Amino acid sequence: MAAAATCGAGVLSSGCVASTAGRSSTTSFQRRSKASGADGGGPRLLSIAGTRPSVRNGQLLVSTGLPALDQLLGGGLAVGTVLLIEEDKYSIYSPLLFKYFLAEGIVNGHTLLVASAKEKPADILQELPAPLLDDNGKKELEDVHNSKTPESDVNMKIAWRYQLQPKMQVGPVSSSRFGHYYDVSKRIPQELLGSSKWHGFFLPEHITSDLKGEPCSLSGDYMKLLQFIQNIIYTEGFDGSNPQKKQKNILRIGIQNFGSPFWGDDICCTENSDNSHRLTKFFYVLRGLLRTSLSACIITMPTHLIQNKAITARVRNLSDTVVGLESFIGSEKETNSLYKDYHGLIHIRKIPRLNNLTCDESDVKDLAFKLKRKLFTIEFLTEAAAH
Amino acid sequence: MFPELNNLLGTTPDGTEQGKLTLLCDAKTDGSFLVHHFLSFYLKANCKVCFVALVQSFSHYNIVAQKLGVSLTAAREQGQLVFLEGLKSSVDIFFHAQEEPHPLQFLREASAGNLQSLYQFVRDSLKPVDSGETPWKFPVLLVDNLSVLLSLGLEAVAVLDFMQYCRATVCCELKGNVVALVHDNRDAEDKENGILLNGLSHQSHLVLRAEGLATGFCKDVHGQKSVPIPYDTFA
Repeated sequence: MAAAATCGAGVLSSGCVASTAGRSSTTSFQRRSKASGADGGGPRLLSIAGTRPSVRNGQLLVSTGLPALDQLLGGGLAVGTVLLIEEDKYSIYSPLLFKYFLAEGIVNGHTLLVASAKEKPADILQELPAPLLDDNGKKELEDVHNSKTPESDVNMKIAWRYQLQPKMQVGPVSSSRFGHYYDVSKRIPQELLGSSKWHGFFLPEHITSDLKGEPCSLSGDYMKLLQFIQNIIYTEGFDGSNPQKKQKNILRIGIQNFGSPFWGDDICCTENSDNSHRLTKFFYVLRGLLRTSLSACIITMPTHLIQNKAITARVRNLSDTVVGLESFIGSEKETNSLYKDYHGLIHIRKIPRLNNLTCDESDVKDLAFKLKRKLFTIEFLTEAAAH
Repeated sequence: MFPELNNLLGTTPDGTEQGKLTLLCDAKTDGSFLVHHFLSFYLKANCKVCFVALVQSFSHYNIVAQKLGVSLTAAREQGQLVFLEGLKSSVDIFFHAQEEPHPLQFLREASAGNLQSLYQFVRDSLKPVDSGETPWKFPVLLVDNLSVLLSLGLEAVAVLDFMQYCRATVCCELKGNVVALVHDNRDAEDKENGILLNGLSHQSHLVLRAEGLATGFCKDVHGQKSVPIPYDTFA
């Protein structure tokens, strides 16, 4: 692909990125091959709905559904990575972020994979917030969902030779907006849900009665989820295994309340769990699956319940982006005048450094969120937090 | 590679010590820049490198290495670099039937395994062929990172055994170097990781430690030089 001319030993400025890309005779907005396409992401320009390349390193990004969070994460969530949301204490606000992510997927026409052990995926999808669209946005949305199949049989009278050419994705993507706003007081319209493609994994439906040791050393539940994910990725070609598919798309995976007792794990119950490595092994294999496919994953975890802090540390190390939510409900911060306008704090614990030596870390670390009647907003605290 | 780091360590690609174990350690920050540094350093020094890359994909390391002036693809084609991509291998092991033993065999086992197959892979990659003539200066083993092995079900003792075997082969027998990254999860009371870190710190010739600060990171150097020098972010 790109020739290996040196960039000037030791020169690490961002100018280096542009010069590296320039040599492969496409723009620097070329998708770096995170997914193992058949030829490792050659010089074709890819335009998938709802994605954009990162300005820093050309990494393909998707929106988390919350433009403020996208900005804090350096533009969005990188395709092929895991976003770990550490749930707030009573799991009031983390489901919102989960739903924003899924709703953004529906608005962009991405395929969804929703996994939960507590709620049925169909019920989760019913509760997604409605997108706030202006007129342009509404028209684009119709285009995304109605014209999925390109017109194949239009007869060309004059330029008949062109009819024999294979159909190509021409021009910019239909949904040119990256990141949308949602109204949490309204439900997503049924027609949007109906035209979307999604797969659900509801754990109680997948439990079998065999309790013997599995050959592949993962808890049966985690293994089943991994197999389910891998199956979808493979059969629908998100890993580039079906080269005849012209329309590339993103798979958005959402796993809720992971590691809680609903998933059959005891890390939230005891300190010395015998099977603590099952969870971390899951994260590792999931990372392998994601890195080789066009997918992005959000996982919410009740890390405040995990008894053994070492597991939390390991899970954070195995996730690419980690965001922690701390709500003020029931804590002494509720009465602190500094926090009276807000519902909680957001901690951006980790941002990945992908294809790069550095990452876009925000200068300000004191972030708070509040849930207004319609909108979830994130703001900088005007004074430094007490701790 | 970073010239400042080379100056600090007193090394150049042309003249560097052999038979040493270097431990890279990061606390509250990302120490992977040290891995990138040593990877490009040893490739430029014309050494044969076996890179056990467990946490990122090949293209990630390749893109960063190109910014530092080496091409991993070219090195791999010429036989200078042996690259074990852990993420891709784990997917293969889990979802596709494997006949022959794989270096990451332990992923398939239910109970705590050992890293024997991985050690054999390292040994086979770095041992010179029978003719004895090799265009490379000396072999280097680079591991990114060892802490993830604990997350995959291995015990600290198994990882320490693996490092001991590698040191015996690569450092003592083949007069090469070993560089490994370990996270420091001291705040999280990760006992297994602590055992691993302490054990390796004692065995290493040089320990490079990157610590997170509010405004950037600083780096302490232990071993030959005991003067901690704060650094700003490198890029």
